[in-house]
Amino acid sequence: MSVQEELKSFIVQNFLFSTDLSRLGDADSLLEKGIVDSTGILELVTHIEEKYGIRVMDQEMLPANLDSVNAIAGFIERKRSNS
Amino acid sequence: MCGIAGILAGSGSARPSRAQLERMIGSLRHRGPDGIGFFEADQVGLAHSRLSIIDLATGDQPIPNEDRSIWTVFNGEIFNYPELRRELEAAGHRFATQSDTETIVHAYEEYGDDFVHRLNGQFAIALWDTRRRRLVLARDRLGIRPLFYSWAQGALLFASEVKAIRAVHPQGMRLDLASLSNVFTCWSTVGDRTVFEGVQSLPAGHILTVENGVQQVEKYWDWTFPVDAARCGTFEESAEELRELLIDAVRMQLRADVPVGAYLSGGLDSSGIVSIIRRFSDNPLRTFSISFEEPEFDESKHQQQMASYLGTDHETVRCTRRQIGEHFPQFVWHAESPVVRTAPVPLMMLSARVREAGFKVVLTGEGADEVFGGYDLFKEGKIRRFWASQPDSTCRPALLGRLYPYLRQSPVGNQAYAAGFFGKDLSDVDDPAYAHGARWATTRRLCNFLSEDVRSQLRADQNAQAPAIVLPREFAAWESLARDQYIEAKTLLEGYLLSSQGDRVAMANSVEGRVPFLDHRLVEFAGRLPARYKLRALQEKAILKTALAGLLPAEIRARTKQPYRAPDAPCFFTDGRPLPYVEELLSERKLRESGYFDASAVSRLLEKCRLGRAIGFSDNMALVGVISTMLVHQQFITAPAVAAGH
Repeated sequence: MSVQEELKSFIVQNFLFSTDLSRLGDADSLLEKGIVDSTGILELVTHIEEKYGIRVMDQEMLPANLDSVNAIAGFIERKRSNS
Repeated sequence: MCGIAGILAGSGSARPSRAQLERMIGSLRHRGPDGIGFFEADQVGLAHSRLSIIDLATGDQPIPNEDRSIWTVFNGEIFNYPELRRELEAAGHRFATQSDTETIVHAYEEYGDDFVHRLNGQFAIALWDTRRRRLVLARDRLGIRPLFYSWAQGALLFASEVKAIRAVHPQGMRLDLASLSNVFTCWSTVGDRTVFEGVQSLPAGHILTVENGVQQVEKYWDWTFPVDAARCGTFEESAEELRELLIDAVRMQLRADVPVGAYLSGGLDSSGIVSIIRRFSDNPLRTFSISFEEPEFDESKHQQQMASYLGTDHETVRCTRRQIGEHFPQFVWHAESPVVRTAPVPLMMLSARVREAGFKVVLTGEGADEVFGGYDLFKEGKIRRFWASQPDSTCRPALLGRLYPYLRQSPVGNQAYAAGFFGKDLSDVDDPAYAHGARWATTRRLCNFLSEDVRSQLRADQNAQAPAIVLPREFAAWESLARDQYIEAKTLLEGYLLSSQGDRVAMANSVEGRVPFLDHRLVEFAGRLPARYKLRALQEKAILKTALAGLLPAEIRARTKQPYRAPDAPCFFTDGRPLPYVEELLSERKLRESGYFDASAVSRLLEKCRLGRAIGFSDNMALVGVISTMLVHQQFITAPAVAAGH
C-alpha cells in the first residue's frame, strides 16, 4: 500500500468513520472540508509519527505540510530523505 | 418549585378526567414530592405536584382568587411576592394564604395579561379564568422553568415535562429529526421546538392564551442591548450599581421557609453569590461542589480555598467516570433530550447529595457568563473581527493563543492550525452566528453519523438547515458582543444550560436551583452597558470583577475562567469494554431498528473511543450524542408510556 493510500485509509476511517475511500480526494483540504476538527490535527500527527517513525516538530505543524493527503505524503517523504 | 400539568379539552369534547390528570402529575412526583392538588371545571383540568418552599402550611395549589373565578397552578418562585402583595392589597385584593402563588391570581385580576410584567421570578404558570373560559400559560423571561404543550385531537395538553404529556397523549411520540440536527449543531433546540414531533416548548418570555378555541402566543420580554451612553455612568459608577443590584437579587432569592444552600464551584460567579450571602444575610452557609478524578476537570483546590475564606460548611461530591456513565440513562430520562456532553450528570449526582443533606433550595452562579460576556467564545468573536479588519496580519490571529488555557488539548495550541480553523468565513462579520460558527461546525460533524435515510430527509427539510432563531429588529444595530450574547442566550442558555444542565438535574432530586445572575433587572441593566464594560480588551466580565472587589480575594477575581466540564467518552467504558447498556443500545441490531444512525460508522466510533483514541471534541460529543439519542428513543419512543420512568 502506498503512503497516499495508507494515509487516505487512516483519515477516512479515523475521521469519517467510513471505509469508502472515494469520500476523500488526495488534494482535498482537510480543514476546508471539515474533516479534521480543531483538535483532530493532534491525532493525525500522532499517527504519522507512530506509523512512519518521524518526529513532527511544532514549527512543522502547518497546513502546508498536513492539510491534504498529498501534502502529508510529501512531508513524510522529505522528512525521511533528510534523516 | 414543583410540577404542573393540565388539559384543556375542545368544546363539545369530554372533560378531562381525574385519571388523566393523575397520570400526568404522577410522572412529575420528582418535581413535587410534598403533595398533589387538582382543579377541574368546565373543559379544563389543572394538576400540581408540590415542592414546599414558601408558606408550607397554606400554600398548597391550585390556588384561587377571592371569588374563585381565577385558578392557578405554577412551578417556580415569585421572589418579589411580599412587595407585590402589598401593592395588590392596597388596590383592594384580599389574600387567603401567605404564598407567593396567590400573587399570580390577584395580579391577573388587576392587570390582565400584563400581570407577567409585575413578576420577578422564575416560573411556569397555568391559569384558568372561569368567567372568560380562558387559559393562560406563561413562562419566565429567561427560560429557567420549563413548560411544554401539545395539541392532540382538539385538546391542549400542557406540563412541566414532556413525560407528563406523553402519559396521556393519544398518539405515540416520534423524534423530530430536524430538531435532532439542531441539537447536533447548537447543542439545543431553538424557540418553540422540541425533539418530539407535535410537542412544543413555550419559549422564554412568552405567554400563550386559549379562548374560544383560538390559541395566541405572544412575546412579553426578550434580551435587549440598548446601549445608552448618556444614561450609563462611568465604569466605576456602573460597577457600584451592579453590586447593589446583585446584592438585592441575592437577598430576594434567599426568600424561603426552608434552608437554602449554595453551589460553590470555586470560580468567580458562584464565589460572588456565596460571598454576598455570607456578608449580607444571617443565612447559615452550607455549600456544595463537585470534584473529579481528572485534574483537567477538577477545581477542588479553588473550591476549598473559597470555602475556607468564607467559612462555609462545605461538602464535595466526587464523581468518577464510571458513576457518570452509570447515571447517564437516568439523566436522559429527566432531560428528555439528546445531549452532546455528560456535564449535567455530575450536577444530578450533586443535587442528590443536596437533598440527602436536607436542602430543597440552592443558589448557583449560572448565567453570569451570558450576561457579562464570560465565555472564551465571546473573545474568539472579538479576535476574529479584529483580525478580519486586517486579514493579512499575522499578529492578530496570534491572539487566539490566549484562549482556552484550561483545555488539555487546546484548539488553539497550534497557531497555524488555529488560524486555519478560526479563519474560516473570517470576513462574514455581520453573520449573526459569527462567534458561534466554529463551535457549531465542530458539533455539526455529529450529523455525519446519521443514517443515509435520515440525512436525505433532512436535506429536504428547511428547519434542519440552520437553527431558526428569530432575531429582534434592532439586532443588526447592536454592538457585536451584544449580538453574540443574544445568540448564546437563545441557544445554549435557554435550550441546554437552564434546561438539561439546570432545572432537570436539580429537579431529578426535588431540588430547586435559583439563579440570581438571571434576575431580569440585572439582565436588563447589563444589557444597557457598553460592551467594553463587559469584555475589556480580552478580560472577561470586567465590570462584575470590579463589582465583587472587597467581597472576594484578588486571586479569585483574577483567576482565569475555567468553564465547568466533565469527562465524556471515557465514562462509557470500564475494563476496556463499553458499559452493558451502551453495548446493547449501540449494537447493530438496535441501531438498524431505530434507523437514526449509520451502524458501521457508530461501530467504528465506539471502537475508537474504547481504545482511548477519541481525544477531539467532536468524537467525544458524537458518542454522547449517539448514546443519548438511543436512550431517548428507548425511554420515550418505544417504551410504554405508563411503564417508562424510574
